[in-house]
Amino acid sequence: MIDKRVLNAEEATKDIPNGATLMIGGFGLCGIPENCIAAILQKGVNDLTCISNNAGVDGFGIGLLLKTKQVKKMISSYVGENAEFERQLLSGELEVELIPQGTLAERVRAGGAGIPAFFTPAGVGTEVAEGKETRVFDGKTYLMERWLRADFSIVKAWKGDTSGNLIYKGTARNFNPMMATAGTITIAEVEELVEVGQLDPNQIHTPGIFVHRIFQGVNYEKRIEQRTISNSVIR
Amino acid sequence: MLDKIGIAKRIAQEVRSGMYINLGIGIPTLVANYIPTSMNVVLQSENGLLGIGPFPTEDQVDPDLINAGKQTITMMPGSALFSSADSFGMIRGGKVNLTILGAMEVSENGDIANWKVPGKMVKGMGGAMDLVASAQNIIVAMQHCSKEGASKLLKKCSLPITGLNCVKKIVSDLAVLDVLPSGGFKLLERAPGVSVEQIKNATAGKLIIEGEIPEMKLA
Repeated sequence: MIDKRVLNAEEATKDIPNGATLMIGGFGLCGIPENCIAAILQKGVNDLTCISNNAGVDGFGIGLLLKTKQVKKMISSYVGENAEFERQLLSGELEVELIPQGTLAERVRAGGAGIPAFFTPAGVGTEVAEGKETRVFDGKTYLMERWLRADFSIVKAWKGDTSGNLIYKGTARNFNPMMATAGTITIAEVEELVEVGQLDPNQIHTPGIFVHRIFQGVNYEKRIEQRTISNSVIR
Repeated sequence: MLDKIGIAKRIAQEVRSGMYINLGIGIPTLVANYIPTSMNVVLQSENGLLGIGPFPTEDQVDPDLINAGKQTITMMPGSALFSSADSFGMIRGGKVNLTILGAMEVSENGDIANWKVPGKMVKGMGGAMDLVASAQNIIVAMQHCSKEGASKLLKKCSLPITGLNCVKKIVSDLAVLDVLPSGGFKLLERAPGVSVEQIKNATAGKLIIEGEIPEMKLA
């Protein structure tokens, strides 16, 4: 098996240049590659295009890279919960492309699967459809959407082995499996890195062929955006 | 007039056993609290879960387990986890039986606007455009009028559209209405203490009233 181990986030992200297009896994703050985001922040590369469902929150996740203005453009589906983001967007400092969430997931999947375009009903008749080709199939109108690919895809998994096989946990899976497939270079950070042979092949979510670099992350914060507890249910 | 909980309770009456349901953020999330436990339904969370359970107790909290509103949750026995691509595959593929979501405006032909107020608020559409484009049945939970008293049930939406001809039913603070395929809001029920006249005055789009309109029954 091919050994894809790197030492840490610094080594994994060392050749990300200014102006790179990055895919960053996660939904809200769930399943985000915390170590790599910190390394990119530290490294100070800028003019980045970030493809990620959300833009983090003020002071965490991609929100950290927005604060330092390292991001030139965001491609996302939902960017609420981030005041700095909304400010940069409304003032025109930040370029933003908002995409329906399912279309985003499918564009990334298509990018990884070698499908340059597909048709979806989402967004027909809306701003999202402006300038895009539409076609009628069996009496219903669909919108043509293009694939998305990235220079670097950065994903977070629960467990991985040194050949890059990945297993995700809970709803921290979200966009990570598709993003792992759509990067020229895919970097995976995992909570637990094991030797080849220690993961059950039946349980692998992302086969190692998609992953180029892998390391065991440290000090995961896993911040919670909305801590809701049973006895807080409004009845 | 109904408060948010009243709207959630009334929408819960639309739920049937055997349904797979996607609940949007806000009032729609509250609906889960009022679905009778005797009913077998599965709640879908578009970030990758079928089988949303109750909110966790303090020691059950798992940061790797959240709903689409980023709230901590638990899983029901028999749950399934999947990627966002699979999640929207089941949504686009028409497997989700009922979608309940909020709206800023609905037009009399069933168009919905709920993702953007130009120049003021841009949070993004999230999964709403995918959901409304493909769901079998869409019920909207909304306030009938803005804080300034302007109707949100319109002839034509003034805000950027989320989807066309998709809303089937509306439960507002004032009424339950069907959106007819031929166009128009058909008044079905009045909220407690609300008159037909009030609903007429609060509805800018075409309102269809046939016979006596009953007051809604809430448990």
